[in-house]
Amino acid sequence: MSDAPPPCCSVRGLTKNHGQIRANDGVDLEIRQGEVFGLLGPNGAGKSTLVRQLTGLLRPDAGSVEILGHDVVRHPERAARLLGYLGQESTALDELTVALAAETTGRLRGLSRAAARAESAEVLAELDLEPLAGRPLAKLSGGQRRLACFAATLVGERPLLVLDEPTTGMDPVARRAVWTAVDRRRAERGTTVLLVTHNVIEAETVLDRVAVLDQGRVIACDTPGGLKALVAGDVRLDLVWRTEPPLQVAAVAGLAERAERTGRRWSVRTSPEEARELVAAVTTGPAFAALDDFTLTTASLEDAYLQLGGRRGGLAK
Amino acid sequence: MTVLSDTETGTAPRAAATGPAPLAPAARLLPALAAVYRAQLARAKVARIPLMFVATFQSVGILVMMRGVVDGGDNPSARAVVAGSSVLVVAFVALNLLAQYFGRLRATGGLDHYATLPVPPASVVLGAAAAYASFTLPGALVTAGFGAWFFQLPLTHLWVLLAVVPLAGAALSGLGAALGLLAPKQEIATLLGQLGMSAALLLGVLPAGRLPQAIRLLRDLLPSTYGVDAFARSFAPAPAWPAVLGDLAVCAGVGLVSLTLATYAYRRATTR
Repeated sequence: MSDAPPPCCSVRGLTKNHGQIRANDGVDLEIRQGEVFGLLGPNGAGKSTLVRQLTGLLRPDAGSVEILGHDVVRHPERAARLLGYLGQESTALDELTVALAAETTGRLRGLSRAAARAESAEVLAELDLEPLAGRPLAKLSGGQRRLACFAATLVGERPLLVLDEPTTGMDPVARRAVWTAVDRRRAERGTTVLLVTHNVIEAETVLDRVAVLDQGRVIACDTPGGLKALVAGDVRLDLVWRTEPPLQVAAVAGLAERAERTGRRWSVRTSPEEARELVAAVTTGPAFAALDDFTLTTASLEDAYLQLGGRRGGLAK
Repeated sequence: MTVLSDTETGTAPRAAATGPAPLAPAARLLPALAAVYRAQLARAKVARIPLMFVATFQSVGILVMMRGVVDGGDNPSARAVVAGSSVLVVAFVALNLLAQYFGRLRATGGLDHYATLPVPPASVVLGAAAAYASFTLPGALVTAGFGAWFFQLPLTHLWVLLAVVPLAGAALSGLGAALGLLAPKQEIATLLGQLGMSAALLLGVLPAGRLPQAIRLLRDLLPSTYGVDAFARSFAPAPAWPAVLGDLAVCAGVGLVSLTLATYAYRRATTR
């Protein structure tokens, strides 16, 4: 027990109501030092409300939040001295150049002017933002602006980074820059990262552990692999029809009742054996003539979420 | 938490290692204020310069319009019109635009950025207010210079504007920031800012001597009035300096109160 690193962030019984809606309903979490911890859930699950209470922006109705030994509910002003926060909005920085946004944020994190300038230059180089350094954020594309805000979050080192959907709108190169920068800080300084996401693929690849939120509650908390073990052995078959689905084919008619349908896409979770039979049935005869595309994948975190009883029709939008 | 760790581990060094982590230093008031001020001035390059032209053209337009009903040469009405138009530039930017800026920042969640940085609230409010007041100086000087020439008033004491702009600027920008931060909706912040500017326009530019008593009371309640009066007095051949200083002192006092109110409003807006 004494070998376990002390928790970076410990949340107990956190409850927050927005009027009649219970946004967080008795949330318990323990985030270990140096881990990349994810909050996964559909829109409106209470992820951002939870994060806003951890960052001292919102006062909980009940419960406790402790970050690196500090009671953030009683002393919300300490949160800013313990963590770097990347929110979803950039309006405070929009009319600044990328370099000035990063430097100013560093100065407001308590760095001297020289230190803020040096650190800002370092971070911009690290994230390949130097060519954009002199351009105002408002003139950048969504992904570039997001990356510039991420840069500002890194200037003025903090032991905990709270990132609310940091890679929204980014191209793969920018995404990789973000995760490389996060990994470097974790390896060199033991930085802990709390990541809010509803991107299942990202969650599976970058997170050490993930808490799944649904309607304000944590319905599961485990490693991505551990969560996927809930649906281990299952596969997901996606079919896309060119025209009307050929319901005269028995296998297709049977599937029609079970599949989740989104337009002409049908999606079904099933056993590998049945999937083989279904693939055989739809890749021959009239069914194949009507088939535009099909994919067969192992079950994902999204399937785990649905298996756990998650509502709202899944995570990814 | 600390007590628990002590009993769990029993050893002092281990207890120290698991105690509360050291807090990073917070930003101090003046360096943070300087950083906010510098960033806000830089914003001007992107967003504010066209608005400065609007503010100045508006005031120059009013001067031209009022010339039709007010005689040139040294008379109380001419002084009031020139002084009122010059201070109107300050009201347009410091009150109206700052109310809109903070209203938008609050409505879009942009305040979260500042609220999650260890900065004293006063540095954010004062830095933004000082920057917005600074934007107005060139426009106010241009308006005053043009107005004095146009109404044949002496330019001798134009320098008084260098005291009027920051002091009236403090009073009006504090008010603008407070309105923007306290308004429950962005649209209401915009509306209040516009109303404040309209009040500064109507009550500041029209000569006080010609206003009805009730309106004159309203005029006395408006912080920009004292800036207008101080500047108007300076056009006299022998200005009554104690009265000018008195007016400026009122501006400074109102500035202090309104900036304190704005800081309170900021604190309230960021801790919900």
